[in-house]
Amino acid sequence: MKKVIEKEELRDLVKSGDKLLVGGFGLSGTPLTILDELLETDIKNLTIVSNNLGDDGQGLHKLFMQGKIKKAIGSFFTTNKEAVIAWQNGELEIELIPQGTLAEALRAGGAGIGGFYTKTAVGTELAKGKEEREIDGERYIFEKAIKGDVSLVRAKKADKLGNLIYHTTARNFNPMIATAGKIVIAEVDEIVDVGELDPEYIVTPHAYVDYIIESKYVKKGGTYVDSK
Amino acid sequence: MIQNKRYLIAKRISEELEEGQIVNLGIGIPTLVTEYLGGRKIYLQSENGLLGMGPSPIEEKIDIDLISAGKEPVSILKGSSFFSSADSFGLIRGGHVDVAILGVLQVDINGEIANWAVPNQPILGVGGAMDLLIGAKKVIVAATLFNKHGESKLVKNLTYNTSGIRRVDLLVSEYAVFKFTENGVKVVEILEDITIEALSEKVGFELTYLKDKVLER
Repeated sequence: MKKVIEKEELRDLVKSGDKLLVGGFGLSGTPLTILDELLETDIKNLTIVSNNLGDDGQGLHKLFMQGKIKKAIGSFFTTNKEAVIAWQNGELEIELIPQGTLAEALRAGGAGIGGFYTKTAVGTELAKGKEEREIDGERYIFEKAIKGDVSLVRAKKADKLGNLIYHTTARNFNPMIATAGKIVIAEVDEIVDVGELDPEYIVTPHAYVDYIIESKYVKKGGTYVDSK
Repeated sequence: MIQNKRYLIAKRISEELEEGQIVNLGIGIPTLVTEYLGGRKIYLQSENGLLGMGPSPIEEKIDIDLISAGKEPVSILKGSSFFSSADSFGLIRGGHVDVAILGVLQVDINGEIANWAVPNQPILGVGGAMDLLIGAKKVIVAATLFNKHGESKLVKNLTYNTSGIRRVDLLVSEYAVFKFTENGVKVVEILEDITIEALSEKVGFELTYLKDKVLER
């Protein structure tokens, strides 16, 4: 199967009502080109699983402002001011999960694990309604794994098979997200021939990746700039 | 003498750190601790996937993919490594981080803290605060002792939402360093020109020293 696609072909891969898993921490490691392309579609009612909802008016923030997001699941939305207002007005559902629990839930989701017990958030507001059990004398809560319809990730390089390597802290949630969606789409700075990536440095093996598109964003002067 | 309370707190916290430790710094006062590490080898961990974080780079060297958990551009030091968020929180929850230094809104007399939600404000952000609290081997919290309404952040009972049941080890404020023991909060050291009686009055309950004699600075 040919995995390298043009960004316009993305439009058929995401449907209204889908649960999208989106990589990134702030804008670092966010698939900005893919998210921009979704703006060109009439899909709506999306549930987004991502640490936050974009930043500086970019990324998921644009999708949110276009009214495409019904629910956001993540760890930090306080800085997404418009999202906070929408939540207060009942226009956006938010599910808050501690950052480590979010990362682990995505890993579990992609690894065939139904859920896990963690000490994080025991005794807090975020543990309400969650099963609690004692293990070796310590309190833990049960957290369910997270899976999605489509995973959108950002990497530095892909080979044409779909092996991925990442760049610095832009790795963040991307490797787990790449395992947890039914369809996995990777946006990369550079696509190289098979054999050009050193197997020792590949973080995401091609088995996880369905489609690859080249990013239209370049880094310039401390920000991401649309190069097209 | 340091005039700024926040820097005074950061400097005092830096004295708690030991060569070779892996340390996670929260946002706010904890970030200022980097100014006082001197030449010591302290390995800073950032929960977005970095061990061996260095200072902010000069403008020309900024790579906006390379950021701290506070989303500020950072640099890397020799021997640093990158990893995923899942591995990063494995490091944290699994007890492989020696010290977490966290900002705090309230601490109770037993060391239970509130540092993520402000009453009557939307609760929409938690980040890694709860994971760091339960996971780090030692947790030090940093705070100016009184909020803008003049209320003590050291309280008998939390009125803000708890961050978890794990109790912190130390509170460093501009007035004093407090240690949380099985017998509750104890003053380890007074940093201001104030008596423990006067400090007790400001806080609203009686404070006692950990030992009979207070260390003079």
